[in-house]
Amino acid sequence: MGSEVVEKSGGKASFDVGAAAELVEGLRGAFAAGRTRSYHWRQSQLQGLLKMTEEHEQEIADSLRADLSKPEFESFIYEAAMLKNSCRLALKELKRWMVPEKAKTSVTTFPSSAEILSEPLGVVLIISAWNYPYYLSLDPVVGAIAAGNAVVLKPSEVAPATSSLLAKLVGEYLDATCVRVVEGAVPETSALLEQKWDKIFYTGNGRVGRIIMAAAAKHLTPVVLELGGKSPAVVDSDTDLKVSCRRIIVGKWGCNNGQACVSPDYIITTKDYAPKLVDAFKHELEKFYGKNPLGSKDLSRIVNSNHFSRLSKLLDDDKVSGKVVHGGQRDESELRIEPTILLDVPRDSLIMEEEIFGPLLPILTVTKIEESFDIINSGTKPLAAYLFTNDKKLKEKFVTCVMAGGMVVNDTTVHLAVPTVPFGGVGESGMGAYHGKFSFDAFSHKKAVVYRSFMGDAALRYPPYTSLKLRLMRALITGRLFTILGAIFGLSSD
Amino acid sequence: MEDLEGELGAMREYHDGGNTRDASWRRAQLRGLLLLLLENQAEIFSALQQDLGKHPAEAYRDEIGSAVKSINYALHHLKGWMSNKKAKLPAVALLTTAAIIPEPLGLVLIISSWNFPIGLSIESLIGVISAGNSVVLKPSELAPTCSSFLARKMPLYLDTKAVRVIEGGPAIGEQLLLQRWDKIFFTGSTRVGRIVMTAAAKHLTPVTLELGGKCPAIVDTLSSSWDKKAAVERILGAKFSACAGQACIGIDYILVEQKFCSALVELMRVNLKTMFGENPKQSRSIARIVNRHHFQRLKSLLDDPKIRGSVVHGGFMDEDDLFIEPTILVDPPLESAIMEDEIFGPLLPIITLNKIEDSIRFLKSRPKPLSIYAFTKDESLQRRILSETSSGSVVFNDALIQYLADALPFGGVGGSGIGKYHGKFSFDEFSHQKAVAWRSFLVDFWFRFPPWNGYKLQLFQNFYEYDYIGIVLTVLGIGKQRAIHLS
Repeated sequence: MGSEVVEKSGGKASFDVGAAAELVEGLRGAFAAGRTRSYHWRQSQLQGLLKMTEEHEQEIADSLRADLSKPEFESFIYEAAMLKNSCRLALKELKRWMVPEKAKTSVTTFPSSAEILSEPLGVVLIISAWNYPYYLSLDPVVGAIAAGNAVVLKPSEVAPATSSLLAKLVGEYLDATCVRVVEGAVPETSALLEQKWDKIFYTGNGRVGRIIMAAAAKHLTPVVLELGGKSPAVVDSDTDLKVSCRRIIVGKWGCNNGQACVSPDYIITTKDYAPKLVDAFKHELEKFYGKNPLGSKDLSRIVNSNHFSRLSKLLDDDKVSGKVVHGGQRDESELRIEPTILLDVPRDSLIMEEEIFGPLLPILTVTKIEESFDIINSGTKPLAAYLFTNDKKLKEKFVTCVMAGGMVVNDTTVHLAVPTVPFGGVGESGMGAYHGKFSFDAFSHKKAVVYRSFMGDAALRYPPYTSLKLRLMRALITGRLFTILGAIFGLSSD
Repeated sequence: MEDLEGELGAMREYHDGGNTRDASWRRAQLRGLLLLLLENQAEIFSALQQDLGKHPAEAYRDEIGSAVKSINYALHHLKGWMSNKKAKLPAVALLTTAAIIPEPLGLVLIISSWNFPIGLSIESLIGVISAGNSVVLKPSELAPTCSSFLARKMPLYLDTKAVRVIEGGPAIGEQLLLQRWDKIFFTGSTRVGRIVMTAAAKHLTPVTLELGGKCPAIVDTLSSSWDKKAAVERILGAKFSACAGQACIGIDYILVEQKFCSALVELMRVNLKTMFGENPKQSRSIARIVNRHHFQRLKSLLDDPKIRGSVVHGGFMDEDDLFIEPTILVDPPLESAIMEDEIFGPLLPIITLNKIEDSIRFLKSRPKPLSIYAFTKDESLQRRILSETSSGSVVFNDALIQYLADALPFGGVGGSGIGKYHGKFSFDEFSHQKAVAWRSFLVDFWFRFPPWNGYKLQLFQNFYEYDYIGIVLTVLGIGKQRAIHLS
């Protein structure tokens, strides 16, 4: 059995603290027995994840359609293919990642040798999000398994079809003594959070992030928090307008209709350039999604009515009335909102105060593009920041001055697909990073190991302490050879 | 502390103005730290003597010297640490470059401990400053002379707009923890570590917790007399001569085979005499217990007659002088405070086992310590220790020296802490690794944009699998088609 089947009798979940404790105890036993440590176990589990994704692509796409009306194209590319890539990379690199790293030792510890071992942390909990419910659930699992941990995955209940698919597939393809899925909502999550974990990896929002970290503090459990924030896109007038627009569109509406943590949240451009930018957006949007985007199969819907009414509230805010320059149509019964652009919204409007996480794109205008940097830095640090420009100086300034988890110049979201750079936030956008080797490291303890022989001890290390020993130690540490000799021969007056 | 918010606000503004970012600023501060140590040695020696009764040689070895070494190391490597790391990209990422850029986190809070009040404060400051952060240091109020030394002298050597010392006890600590920080670095106990992390969660502040735990020393039955002597010297040095056992990486207890135990104790007696003389209290070579509270705590560990009866060496205590003699116990009951809590003082229990391999099972059933020490030449035992037990670090045939190795991460795991520092690891611990990708406007695969169709999907699949031939074939319309048909 790979998943804790939540028996729903009268709407009451049976997965309580006791069940959670039992589950963790079982996994801890398997971990302590060393089951997850071998290269072969890790390899077989990664192969299992890969195979499971390959063999069920259509089912994955179907459940994503049920949960989010996600276009199949997006499902295949951003969820299935991305996960397969992670598995393949981990399978290819795992041996290298697992090799202990030699470390240099210094003269003070001579003679010795040292290395850094990557050791599994133990039993880890992964709590995932609903917007990329397949990829974001399993991508951290890849890292956790590669590093040799036992894992409990709690997929988001807001994407129920994918959650139950994950429970079913993980049970079929992975080692159920060490990798488990627990489905459920707040009560199940709370039961899990009461347990002692060796790492908690959470993807979601800052409010829950705080709860997770406070719960982790009780057991001194380290956390990775992948949160979000208002990721800005700055568009300079010296840019390739058409390409910039297209790249913003795929990063915004082409990523789950804006329900993605790295989607551009808002745009900053100059007053003069804004009309041109809006026109270009209109033109490209129509090319991509046709004249009736509410009916387009290439756009996800809003995940549920809660989020639909949250987004509606942002649009109905008095402060932004009359600011919509494109779109604005909604269909509550289908949970669909058209790609919508708002121009010159005030900075104290609701839409500029919270992460939008949907198909609304406000544009702020400034007189000089450099002002945008101060606007970004005056808020909390976003997960990503984007800049579109040909201006070399501006690029440099952006990269050094703007604080963000990651950034891309002249494109959006592509850094997420680069496994050689860490993906993660800073400040309000999160802590810790993953992807590629960084995932392996996030789930490993870096154990320092020193090997010494019994030879080569200097008496000066030990009491009784004398002033000669003090002089010698000073000389050794500062590396002054003459003082060393001087101290030994009693010549120094140091 | 009148206007803490205001003061921190000013520091944040100064930091946001980019004043701490330049390599030149960081270097100047590191040099300031170096001068602070070098120009005030006498005062530091006397402060450590006063707070903890440390001999200057011990003080130099553990606090000044090790910090000087680390500063020099940081000055030497700073440029390399600060430089951007180019990231490799697959060939399909045409006209794209990527790099990892280390960026200062912002305003950092360091809450330091009393056992190495100068050394540990400086060691963490080195990382904070190297990474270009602003910082508030709260030294421990339990080492008051050292705390006031830092508060008085640091402003003379460092940029006071970015580096501040705030003195105080738990009340001040609590007030500081209410503020928003970009990182909190804490050295101390597990109990306070939990409080720190809970407070940090409110502002989503990442934490580094340098805690402790019961660090064991596994002592194999050594045969050569040289090895035995070296091992015993190293053990005694690591237990009694580093702040009288009040050290997070000090040896807490020993695991040894029954048959080797009496020889080991005998050898320890002989060497203790060489180190501390007939009357250890008279020797200036052993530090004092930090205060009466800790003295009482240590004293009460021996209260139980069963434990008292297990003392085979030492046991003398002088409360007025806060002195506890190096004390060795053999096989105190395992379910006693001395074997359950971190001892943090000059009491050394020895637990005997039938076979030295039993030590692994013994350790596996306990919380993960900051360090495991093993004195053995048996390579298979070494391998088993490495792969079957977990701890912050492992040192074979020595103790404490891992603290001095700049190339090794120093930090705990599980109950012994979160995060790591020293050398480059300190720099990383106080930096955000910002991922940056640069793209040109020139190349965009036309299949990147909606409306979607099966043809674009096929191209993407080839693209992700770096299947260049597949891309060409698909473009030419002769590639193998996917079984999936898009609705």
